[in-house]
Amino acid sequence: MGDQLIIGGKQINSRLFIGTGKFPNNRLIPEVIKKSGAQVVTVALRRIDFDSEDENMLNYIPKDCILMPNTSGARNAEEAVRIARLARAAGCGNWIKIEVVSDNKYLLPDNFETIKATEILVKEGFVVLPYMSPDLMAAKRLRDVGAAAVMPLGAPIGTNKGLRTRDLVKILVDEIDLPIVVDAGLGKPSEAAEAMEIGAAAVLVNTAIATAGDPVMMGEAFGQAVEAGRKAFVSGAGAVKEYAEASSPLTGFLK
Amino acid sequence: MSFYNTYQKYKEFDFEDFLEKVTEEDVLRAISKDRINEYDFLALLSAKAEKHLEAMAVKARQLTLQHFGKVIFLFTPMYLANYCVNQCAYCSFNITNKISRKKLNLEEVEEEARIISSTGLRHILILTGESRKETPVSYIKECVEVLKKYFRSISIEVYPLETEEYAELVASGVDGITLFQEVYSEETYEAVHLGGPKRNHRFRLDAPERACIASMRSVGIGALLGLDDWRREAFFTGLHADYLQNQYNDTEISVSLPRIRPHVGSFQPKCDVSDKNLVQVMLAIRLFMPRTGITISTRERPDFRDNLIGLGVTKMSAGVSTEVGGHASDEKTEGQFDISDNRDVETMKNIIYGKGYQPVFKDWQMI
Repeated sequence: MGDQLIIGGKQINSRLFIGTGKFPNNRLIPEVIKKSGAQVVTVALRRIDFDSEDENMLNYIPKDCILMPNTSGARNAEEAVRIARLARAAGCGNWIKIEVVSDNKYLLPDNFETIKATEILVKEGFVVLPYMSPDLMAAKRLRDVGAAAVMPLGAPIGTNKGLRTRDLVKILVDEIDLPIVVDAGLGKPSEAAEAMEIGAAAVLVNTAIATAGDPVMMGEAFGQAVEAGRKAFVSGAGAVKEYAEASSPLTGFLK
Repeated sequence: MSFYNTYQKYKEFDFEDFLEKVTEEDVLRAISKDRINEYDFLALLSAKAEKHLEAMAVKARQLTLQHFGKVIFLFTPMYLANYCVNQCAYCSFNITNKISRKKLNLEEVEEEARIISSTGLRHILILTGESRKETPVSYIKECVEVLKKYFRSISIEVYPLETEEYAELVASGVDGITLFQEVYSEETYEAVHLGGPKRNHRFRLDAPERACIASMRSVGIGALLGLDDWRREAFFTGLHADYLQNQYNDTEISVSLPRIRPHVGSFQPKCDVSDKNLVQVMLAIRLFMPRTGITISTRERPDFRDNLIGLGVTKMSAGVSTEVGGHASDEKTEGQFDISDNRDVETMKNIIYGKGYQPVFKDWQMI
């Protein structure tokens, strides 16, 4: 049946997820979504101005997208849970990206609190996609408590440094039977392609697109890179060889 | 723990010698580092660094974009009262100044809130002078109850409180405080704070930390630039911010860079702080603390403020009045100080868009 990505019972057509927090103008968002093909869009509840026509970010997200509110600003599990409930009550659906950051210096996610929040929200019927530091044991716990996907960071958020956590993400891809979505740190389309080539189910990008000189074109580039990377993974890349194959092999005498 | 220990450590530091000996190489090295230490920070505040402002600006711009994106957060102050028992030489609300005193009643607070929120603003900073008699914590809480209906985030800029009082306000819905030390130098502090409880340097110095302990979400600090040597004052501001961020990882620490402005009274600032100096401070702070919020108020001129967008500033006020009831009331009082930028919210919004940035009205909500 082809190469499908299904999360929370929904078929996802694009493996590029996008964030919305850093654009110079929200009016760019529909254009970025259109050109990049992205379908899953994350929005921080803290930024949604429900009382304003002009400034309400939700007005810029096409109806056929899957809205994934996030709990940006949560300092612990309890705050993440409260934000998730507020988002659902405000009509943002039942998908939630858990983001618990108790460290404003590096903005690294707090895996322990993230697991606690995930457990509570899964029981309340949310489709939970937790953002986390790539740690195998934490990922197993997230799986066990019912996360719909696991979203390890590629590099500290906003750094555009690329897939610095490659080896750890690869372990999650190999060991966790859930979609692994590389979230944060990817700065270039080639890095998104790299994440896809090692088997990530999707990537989530905000800074690299939103702060590009031409965000719409950069969105399109990421869309293409993600597609290329996925195809490369599915088609099975040839083995990398350390040395050229000699025409007179050392073991050629063995019959 | 207290920042006072750090302050003391550097109090006897030979700033003149350091600033004299620092080289342009030191400055360039600081600019190129991923993370800089306090000595690099001081090098960036030196006269030698003035030649390299452009390189600092390029780095500051990149760091700000990376951490905040192309956005500027907007807010406005609301003055609840100007009763004050202190004698700050540089402030109109000084108890010895014969100005008309006023305190908003709750209906007036609501009227101000209605007018301000109709401009689209969702974050409000409420201010009072220091008067536990006229504007006790209980009054602030009553105002917060009214304001909650109109705003998604409420911050306070009032006299320093005890930890329990901060906790009380957090529970009532306040999520941020701004508290300027005014001047870190204890000598100058004593010289410009002539009377009132504000004379207690240490109680004020530790107030931001008490707010952090009380689980305040965001804490903003600053020195009133011009009261003393700006390089030292900026250095201590950065050290203070760094200290708080390291001790209280889950609090958002931010820095304001206010320059002293004309006010009622005859006090003259001790030091000139030029536009170039202020920019240098902002860039140095950004390189020292890549993730910290930086606020520039309407103390600054419109053209200057506009040019700072993209250099490191993350938060700006708009549609400002420093008078009590300044948005709704016809009965005018003296403002706390003269503002330089009178532009309304709509104008600021368009200016920010024009600069290629998004004006953000809402970045938090009570949860």
